Amino acid sequence: MAHHPADSATPKGEPWVWFTSLGLIVGLVMVVGLLGLVLVNGFAVFWAPTVPTVKLGDGTTHIGHLAQRRIRPGSPASDPRYERQYQVGLKEVNGNSYVWIDEKKVTQESFDPSVLGLERMENGPAFVVPVAFVDAKGIRLEASQAGFLAALQAEVAHAAEIREQLADINRRQIGEVNAEMESLRIAQRRAEDRREPTQAIVDRLAKLDARFAELKASADKVAAGISSAKLEARDASGRALSLPAASLVRAWEPNRMTFWERVGLLFSRLREFLFDEPREANTEGGLMPAIFGTLVMTVFMSLLVTPFGVIAAIYLREYAKDGPILRAVRICVNNLAGVPSIVFGVFGLGFFVYVLGGSLDRLFFADQLKYNNNTPVLGTGGLLWCSLTLALMTLPVVIVATEEALSAVPRGMREASLAAGASKWQTIRDILLPASAPGILTGVILAMARGAGEVAPLMLVGVVKLAPTLPVDGLAPFLHLDRKFMHLGFHIFDLGFQSPDSDAARPMVFATTLLLIVLVVCLNLGAITIRNRLRARFKGASF
Amino acid sequence: MPATMNPTTSRIQVRPATEKEGRQDYISIRDFNFYYGAKKALESITLDVPERRVVAFIGPSGCGKSTLLRNLNRMNDLVDGIRHEGDITINGRSIYDPGLEVISLRRRVGMVFQKSNPFPKSIYENVVYALRVMGVRDRAILDEACETSLRKAALWDEVKDRLQDSALGLSGGQMQRLCIARAIANRPEILLMDEPCSALDPIATGKIEELIHELKEQFTIVIVTHSMQQAARVSDRTAFFYLGKLIEYDTTEKIFMNPSQAQTEAYISGRFG
Repeated sequence: MAHHPADSATPKGEPWVWFTSLGLIVGLVMVVGLLGLVLVNGFAVFWAPTVPTVKLGDGTTHIGHLAQRRIRPGSPASDPRYERQYQVGLKEVNGNSYVWIDEKKVTQESFDPSVLGLERMENGPAFVVPVAFVDAKGIRLEASQAGFLAALQAEVAHAAEIREQLADINRRQIGEVNAEMESLRIAQRRAEDRREPTQAIVDRLAKLDARFAELKASADKVAAGISSAKLEARDASGRALSLPAASLVRAWEPNRMTFWERVGLLFSRLREFLFDEPREANTEGGLMPAIFGTLVMTVFMSLLVTPFGVIAAIYLREYAKDGPILRAVRICVNNLAGVPSIVFGVFGLGFFVYVLGGSLDRLFFADQLKYNNNTPVLGTGGLLWCSLTLALMTLPVVIVATEEALSAVPRGMREASLAAGASKWQTIRDILLPASAPGILTGVILAMARGAGEVAPLMLVGVVKLAPTLPVDGLAPFLHLDRKFMHLGFHIFDLGFQSPDSDAARPMVFATTLLLIVLVVCLNLGAITIRNRLRARFKGASF
Repeated sequence: MPATMNPTTSRIQVRPATEKEGRQDYISIRDFNFYYGAKKALESITLDVPERRVVAFIGPSGCGKSTLLRNLNRMNDLVDGIRHEGDITINGRSIYDPGLEVISLRRRVGMVFQKSNPFPKSIYENVVYALRVMGVRDRAILDEACETSLRKAALWDEVKDRLQDSALGLSGGQMQRLCIARAIANRPEILLMDEPCSALDPIATGKIEELIHELKEQFTIVIVTHSMQQAARVSDRTAFFYLGKLIEYDTTEKIFMNPSQAQTEAYISGRFG
C-alpha cells in the first residue's frame, strides 16, 4: 500500500508551537524576575532585621545590620575574598552610615539584646547601646530598668505630635495668610501705581500682620512644649552619646523583637512611606507628595488626551476624504508614537512653557508680572504643562485606538441609524461613540500606562525634587495647575543618581519603583473595570 | 430552486389585489441607471409603485434589486464612487432635488435590513430613536409612539414589561420586529424591507409576513426577497430583475400564474437563479 504523505508520524507544525511558547516563557520569566527583584529589595526598606555587634581583629567594633555581601573586587579568582557591607548609621560620628568590612578580619559577631535601633529626623538611622533615658524633669531611668523603652517611645510619640501641630500652623495656617498677603501686596503696588486709594488694602494687610504674629506666637508656644528629654547611649566603640528624644522618629530593639513586632514595625513604616512627606533629601520618610503628584498628573493627562484623541480620530475616520493627504497624516500620527519622549519634553518647554505660558502670563497675569518682580505664573514649568506634554506624547495611541474602534462598529448599526433619519453627527454621537467606548478606553489605558511611567520630558516642564505644596489643596481654586509637583518616576531617578548617600538611597529606589508599579497597575485596573462594564453592556450585539 | 417553487403547486397562494385605490405612481422610477464606479449596476429601470401597496423585488443574487431599494432612501450615498442617471420621484418630488435634505427623505422612507440591527440600547430607546434624532423630547409623545409602533409591529405584548431591558436580549424574530417598530416609529410614508426574513425561522417569518399585511393599510411597502413564496404571499405587485435590468413588472398574480417573459417563467419555476 502506498504511503500517504499525511501519515508521517510527527505533524510538521509541532516544533513551532514549542518555539513560540518558549518566547512567551522568556517574557514571563523576565516579568516575574523583575517583580520579584523589586519586591525583595523594596521590602528591605521596611523590614527590621537583627543587628549584630561585629568585632574586628584590629580592635574596632561596629554595630549595624548586614546590607550585602560580595566578592571583593580585584581579589583573585582562585582565592575569592568576601567583604560585607553593614549599615551602621550614626553618620555624624562615623562619617558614613555604611561600612565595608573584610570578612577575614571579623573575629567575633554577637547579638547584644539591648541594642537600640533609632530613626532620626537628621543624619539617618543609628544603632546604639542604650544607657539611660533622662526625662524633662531630669529623672533618670536606666536602660536595664523596666519601662525604659516604653518611656522612650512615649516621648518620641509626644515629639511627633508636636511636630505635626507645628507643621499645621507653619505650613497650612501661616501659608494661607502668606498667600493672601502676597496677593494683597500686588494689589497694593498696583493701586499705588494707579494712584487709587489703598486704605482698605493697608487695613487688611495690618490685620493679616496681626494674624501672622498671633500664629507665630502660637507656634512658639507649641514649640516650647518640645521636651528636653534625652537618650543617653554609647556607640559601638563605647563613646558616650546624648540624643534629644525630640530628634527621634522611631525606636526599636532589633535583637529582642518578636516576629509580629517586626511585622508591626513594617506596617508602621509602610504607613509613613505612603502617607508622610519625605525627609533627609528624600532618602527617608514618605512619598505622599510624589504619589499624589503622579496620580493627579496622570489623571489630568488622561482627561486632556481623551477628547483631543477622540475628536481627531472621528475627523480622520468619519469626515476626512480618503486620499494621499489623509494617508500622509495617518503615517505622521503613527510615527509620532515613536518620537523619543525627551523630544516632547523639549517641545513642551519651548512651546508650552515659554511661548504659550509666557503669552498667557502677559494676557491674564500682567499685573502679577508687573508688580511681582516679573515672577512668571504659567510661564514656568508646572502641572498643566506636564499634563499637556504627556497628552501630546500619548495622543497617537488614543487616535489609533479610537480609529480602530470606530471602524470595528458593525456597518449595520451605522446604516440603521442613518436610515432612521439621523444625521452623521447624531450617528457618531449616539451610536458610534458609545459602541466604540471600550476600544477608546483601551487606548486611554495604554496612554495612561505610558504617561505614568514617563520621566524624561517631565524634568523639563515642571517636576521637581521637592515640592512643599501639593497641586490640590484647600486654597481657591483648589486645583493649582501652575504648581510644580513631585513625581514617582523622577523620584526614582533623583534617589538613584542625585542622592548624597547612594548606599542609603538604594533600598528606597526599589521601594519607590515598587510603588510606581503598584500605582500604574491600580490606575490601569480602574480603567479596565470601566471598560469591562461598558463591554458587558454591548455584549451579545450580533451584526 | 426546489420543485415546490413551481407556481402550479398549491403551496403558493396568490393574494388577490385589495380594493382601495391610492396614487398609482406614488414612487416613480424613470430611466434609472446606476453605477458603482465603472460598473453599471442598474440599466434604464422604469417602474411605478402604487400608494399603500406591497411591491416585491425578486431576482437572482446580484441582479440589482437591493441596489434599487437602497436608492429609494439614498442609502447608497454612503458608498464611494457612485453615479446615477434618470430620476426617482416620491409623491411627485424628486429624491435628488438639491433642496431636499437626505435626512428628511430618510425620515419619510423607513428601512428594515436583512440582518436585524438593533442598537445596544434599551428596547424603548431603540423604538424612539428616530423621534429622538428629530428632536422630540416630550416623554408622553415618545411613550405613545413607542407603544403604537410596538403594537403595530406585533411585539408589544411580548416586551411591554421589559421596555428598559437591552434590545440585545431579544430573540432573532423579536429583534427583526423591533427593527420594524423602529422603522415605523416616526410614521414614514414608505417602508423599505431588504430581505427582512432571510435570517429568521419559519414561525418568525410567518409573523413578519402577517405584519406586512397589516402595515400596508398605512404604508407603501417595497420588499426585496429571495423567497418566491414570500413574494407571492405578501405582495400586490412583483418586479423581476435580472442582470441589472427590469425584466417584468406586473401584478403578483400575473407574474406567478402567467408571466409574459420566458426569463421570468424560468426563474419562478426554479430553472435558474
